Parts: sequence; C-alpha cells; structure tokens
Amino acid sequence: MIEVEKLTKKYGDLVAVKDLSFKVGKGKIWGLLGPNAAGKTTTMRILTGYLPATAGKASVSGFDVFEKPNEAKKIIGYLPEVVPLYPEMTVAEYLHFVAAIKQVPAAERRPALERTIETAGLKDVRNRLIQNISRGYRQRVGIAQALIHNPDVLVLDEPTIGLDPAQIIEIRGLIKSLKGDHTIILSTHILPEVTQTCDGVAIINEGRLMASGSLEELTASFRKNVGVILKLRRGHEEALAVLRELPGVETAVRHNGELAVEWNPDKDLREVIAQLVVEKGWGLLEMRTESLDIEDLYRQIVVGGIEQ
Amino acid sequence: MRNIWSIAKKEIKTYFSSPIAYVVIAVFLVLTGFFFYSALWWFNSQAIQMAQNPYYAQQMNINQMVYTPLFHNISIILLLMLPLLTMRLFSEEMKSGTDELLYTSPLSVSQIVLGKYLAALVVLAAMLGLSGSLSIFAFAFGNPELPQILNGYMGLFLMGAAFIATGLFFSSLTKNQVVSAILTFGALLLFWILNWAAYSASGIWKGVLNYLSIFQHFDDMTRGILDTKDLVYYLSFAFFGLFLTHSVILSRRWR
Repeated sequence: MIEVEKLTKKYGDLVAVKDLSFKVGKGKIWGLLGPNAAGKTTTMRILTGYLPATAGKASVSGFDVFEKPNEAKKIIGYLPEVVPLYPEMTVAEYLHFVAAIKQVPAAERRPALERTIETAGLKDVRNRLIQNISRGYRQRVGIAQALIHNPDVLVLDEPTIGLDPAQIIEIRGLIKSLKGDHTIILSTHILPEVTQTCDGVAIINEGRLMASGSLEELTASFRKNVGVILKLRRGHEEALAVLRELPGVETAVRHNGELAVEWNPDKDLREVIAQLVVEKGWGLLEMRTESLDIEDLYRQIVVGGIEQ
Repeated sequence: MRNIWSIAKKEIKTYFSSPIAYVVIAVFLVLTGFFFYSALWWFNSQAIQMAQNPYYAQQMNINQMVYTPLFHNISIILLLMLPLLTMRLFSEEMKSGTDELLYTSPLSVSQIVLGKYLAALVVLAAMLGLSGSLSIFAFAFGNPELPQILNGYMGLFLMGAAFIATGLFFSSLTKNQVVSAILTFGALLLFWILNWAAYSASGIWKGVLNYLSIFQHFDDMTRGILDTKDLVYYLSFAFFGLFLTHSVILSRRWR
C-alpha cells in the first residue's frame, strides 16, 4: 500500500533522510517512531508530495508520488504537524473548502461533510469559527480534513501533540477506529502511542531506518534472554544464591526490592522457579514475566545506536 | 478552472470575513470621494467665472478638468493600497502552515496562483465599481462623455491588475506580510517614476525606460485614448508577475 524505497532527502549539505525503505500493508496502522529531528516530518512531506525527494522512490497504492502526484494526492489524507486551519472560517466552511480542493465532486461534498463531521465528532462545533474552538477540537478538524475525500491512505504527523491526556486518549481511539478502511501511517516520538495504536513500527534516527516490522517481530528479535520478576516477603539473599546456581539461569539480580531472574530463551524455567520458591518458603508475593517492550527496544536503538 | 474558482472563492470569503476588504474599500472610497468632490468643486467655481465669457465657457470640459486628474489621483491611491490587499495572499499561508494543505492537494501551482490573483481582482473590481457610483453626480449636473470615463476605469483596472500581480510575487517571497507590502510598494513606485530617469538617459535607454514606466502608459488612458501598446504593457506586466510567482513557489519546493 505504502512503499518507500531508498528515500533520500538533502537540504543543502544537511541530510535529513538517508536510504529509507519500508512498506506498510493495506489496512494497517504503522508508526514512524524517532526522536525529534529524526526525519519523520520530512519523510511524510515527501510521501504527501509537499517536498520532492533528492533520490529514491515512494509510492502509494501503486502511484509514484513523483511521477503521478495528482493521482497519489487524491488518495492520501494528510494531517501536517501544524494543523493547516483557516481561523476565520467555520468548521463546516473549512471542510467544504477542503472537499473542493481535494476534488470531491460537488454533488458528493454535502454527504462527505456530514460523514466526516460524524466520524470526527465535530457536531457541536460545526458552525463555530475555527479561531474559537479548543485545541482538541482543532486537532479533530485536522483529522476531519484528512478524511473528507475518503482517502485510502492517511498520513498523520504527530496527531496527539499538544493535547491533554483525555484528548490524547480520544484521538487515539479515533485513529484506531479508522483502521481497516484506511491504511494509516503516523509519526510520533511518544512510545506508548506506538504500542497502543500501531500494528507495526519503523524506528528512525538521524534520517536512517534503525528497525522496522510488526511489534511482535521486533520485540522477539531484540530479546536475548527471557526471565521473570519475583517479589518475595523474605530470604532475598538466600534466594539470589540458590537461583544463581540453578541450571540454565544466566543472571539473577536484586533490583528495587525485587529479584530479576533471566535465562536462555531455549528453556522455560518458570515452573521450576515457582516450585522452588514455594518449597523454600520465601513467601512469594508476586511473580511476573518480564518482557522487553518497545520502550527498551527504542532505548537500545536510539540511545545505544544498535542497528538491526 | 473549477479548482481556480475554489481557491478564489475561499480568498474572497477571507477578504470579506475579516476587516481587510472593508477597510481597504472604505478608505479607498473616502479618498476617492474627497478627490472627486474637490475636483468637481473647482470645476464648478471655474464654470461660474467662465459663465461671464461665452468663448471660454465653450472650452470647459468636465472630462478633462475633473476626470483626468481624478484618475491620476485614484492611481496613486491604488499604488498605496493594493500592496495591503495582496500582502497576505501567500505570506499568511506560509506563516500559518496552511500552504501545506494547498500543496498536498491535487491542484497545480498555477491554479493556486491564478485563484488568489482572481480573488484580488474581484476586490479591485468592487473598489472601482463602487467609486464609479460617484459619477452619478457628474451625470446629474453635467454632461461628461461616458466612453472616456469607462476607458479611464479600464486603465485603472489594468494598472491595478499589474499591481496585484506584483504584490502576489512579493507575497510569495516572504512569510512576513509587512515585508511583502513594503517590497511591493517600493517596486511599484520605482516602476512608476522610471520615466524620470529617461530624462537623463540617451539613445535606446531613453525609449526603454519610458516604455517601462507605469505612469507613461496610464497618461493616455485618462484622456480616453486606448492604445494597444498600453494594453500589451499592462497585460505583460501582470503576466510576468504571475510567472515569477509561479517560479518562486516551484523553486522553493525543490530546494
């Protein structure tokens, strides 16, 4: 659906994006994750036809964005980082204008407007001037303008930036509800956004792709050890000593009053450990598996500079 | 064409939903009315004096004595006010980030440029059309020649169209509306007085400078003379402005 191949963009001597390649399948939500100035916005601007690339290819539903820009633009809905709003228009007037320039035929504009206002939850503000509505509603209007021509692909640049926590949850819910009908690519530097809304992720840093894949694939490929966290009432020192001696265990450390035990991924020691703890009477309070989540992954990649 | 009109409609709506268009039109009408009134008053007092002398009374011509100076005055007002009308056209979009919406829509740059141009022309037409209503008084109490007046208004419109194209160009250069207005005003004034330089120039330069001067081409029109040379001048001036705007926008995106 969305294919980016060896995309490179230079601003003078500054390389904003270098040899970036990734693919997003139909009906998926893909996150473009990276720290600020990683090249997320540049990538999106190239994909939407706002900027030309220095080298490489990008296509949407088979339309090359450089060779067939108008065809590609017709099937892309784009929410830029700075929501492009005209404050002196009402919400309905604005959406009507966007429908017109996105080439929605005149007869279909009214129904498209109604549908979008419904989807984006803008009924209460439809006749208010954009300058008078709240930040959360403005973001919704921004999503609405991206949806008005019912595009196959949605490109959302930092859709939840600057919103309060309740609004963030609302917008994430809205984005999730659009999945399936639309292929969505969203950029963010907020980690939980990816785990909560996306099917897959492309992590970029300094304009390069560091890792990409579905969330499961990525966490699996980055996990070297598996393990559990134990919370005990007593006998920490003894437990540490005993667990370290257990065949297969690689490390056992005390951390924040809890014991973290890790072993090789080709074994499963959970049952053995549970039994042992109960037998020794250490007073088991809690036992949970520790999974290496996207946050660790991100930290490893961006801070540690590990390439896949 | 439909796309051009979509953009134009939005711009016209913006002009009239903010104070800009009203203020520009109102101030323009007040100034025009004042100049018209003074010219008419002067004509009137001359007429009373001349009434003693039938020979001179024959020489009285309302077109020459009221309209020719009026058109010159209006042209100066346009020179001052049109940059204020055009300054926001691209600058504001760039500043607020809404240009990203326009350029990621299936529109060509020329459609966007022409749409904005058309919107400003509509406001100009409204300004001139409303000021034309002043002529009711001239027709009620005198007998001016209509074709000559229409010719003058056409000259003003063409000149305004050239000014607007220049303003559009400077607006595409900067995010700052004030800078855009100042540059437009400076450029137009320079073109206006280019014929001054022609006095000291010699040979081919004299002709070139005279030809390039806006003022030189407008003078004939106020007298009711329509020369294709002047028509071509204004149209090519406007076309050149639009062409430069188009190039600036395209080249900025390729940088």
